[in-house]
Amino acid sequence: MTEHKAALGLTPSQTVGPFYAYALTPRAYGGSELANERIATDGVPGERITIRGHVLDGDGEPVPDAMIEVWQADADGRHNAGGNAGFTGFGRAETSPEGFFHFETVRPGAVEGPDGTKQAPHLAVSVFARGLLLRLVTRIYFSDDPANASDAVLALVPHERRETLIAQRGPDGVFHFDIRLQGEGETVFFDV
Amino acid sequence: MSLIYPHDGLKAHPLNASPAYTSTLKRAPSQPLILLPHTLSEISGPAFGHRAVQAGDSDLTLQHGGEPLGERIIVTGRVLDEDGRPVPHTLVEIWQANAAGRYVHLRDQHPAPLDPNFTGAGRAMTDAEGRYRFVTIKPGAYPWRNHHNAWRPAHIHFSLFGSSFLSRVITQMYFPGDPLFAYDPIFQSIPDAKARERLISRFDIDTTEPEWALGYQFDIVLRGRDATPLEEPHDD
Repeated sequence: MTEHKAALGLTPSQTVGPFYAYALTPRAYGGSELANERIATDGVPGERITIRGHVLDGDGEPVPDAMIEVWQADADGRHNAGGNAGFTGFGRAETSPEGFFHFETVRPGAVEGPDGTKQAPHLAVSVFARGLLLRLVTRIYFSDDPANASDAVLALVPHERRETLIAQRGPDGVFHFDIRLQGEGETVFFDV
Repeated sequence: MSLIYPHDGLKAHPLNASPAYTSTLKRAPSQPLILLPHTLSEISGPAFGHRAVQAGDSDLTLQHGGEPLGERIIVTGRVLDEDGRPVPHTLVEIWQANAAGRYVHLRDQHPAPLDPNFTGAGRAMTDAEGRYRFVTIKPGAYPWRNHHNAWRPAHIHFSLFGSSFLSRVITQMYFPGDPLFAYDPIFQSIPDAKARERLISRFDIDTTEPEWALGYQFDIVLRGRDATPLEEPHDD
């Protein structure tokens, strides 16, 4: 598709800063949450999964003030599936003082991809934090899914960095996904 | 694979590698970003019904038993896409310091008073024309530890979703004529001066309400275009 010249200039991004929690993740302040780490309630059809991880900086130190947002399809691969009570597909979590976050959800189905292909199941992820002037965008794929091998987006990523996009399933069934902002093992971030 | 949304406008954004803002030093990625084709995962996005906003969420001066201290203001504007079309029924979240420059946040150490009548968090949905409106208190400037004698210009944080994952943005709205602009590495991280100015609200006498509150206009332009154009109606 040819790019057309936009009529208006975008509003530039600025950092979320360190003090967003009482507005965006306000549980500790008694505020009403727009969304939280529980993306699917018990009645939502699909395989229940838990994703856990840490956000780490360029020194490997935990990032205690990041906000992670995820956006995903339902178990049938549908986004914005309004008929799914208890499931918006959107989750939001603040990292703990140890840089920890987790999400409870259903495993997404395969989503339509480029040229009629199917994409391997994944979550779209935004990372906001003090020190990030523009959100970082990444994806979470699942280590036990054979469809990763033919995923068109994973294929764009140099082989040696692809693992940073794949949540590893532990013996307890939990998926582990660390986000390394910089340096050794740096997570792949996308230009969207 | 294609980029469905225009990409050109993204140069308005700051670079994460902006060393004058020292928190970026250990947090900005060092590897180049990988260009992502726009798939259904990117061109869709969460929609929040009016349930997400409760009565009173857009008036930050009425959230407690009494009136907060400070200068009462009205902040209003339109949310538009890059083609100038309104973005209707989209969620706007805001948060800010109080009039003394102090956040309610538990980790804010600035020795300025909290105001028992002010939290500083609000939500609103845009109407069919993309318009939103908040009543709040003008936030104070506050010091931070980025460099010697560092002060943030007064600002209100804005969080917007728009129509897709691609249009998601978090930003800050500033006030006209702030003497701290020249010294603020966060504001100055935006490379283009014209883009920077788009974050400065405009005082508006018509928005101002007599004997009540000053009015500021702040329009927000989100990523994108109509990703699912409606078919022209036609007669068979």
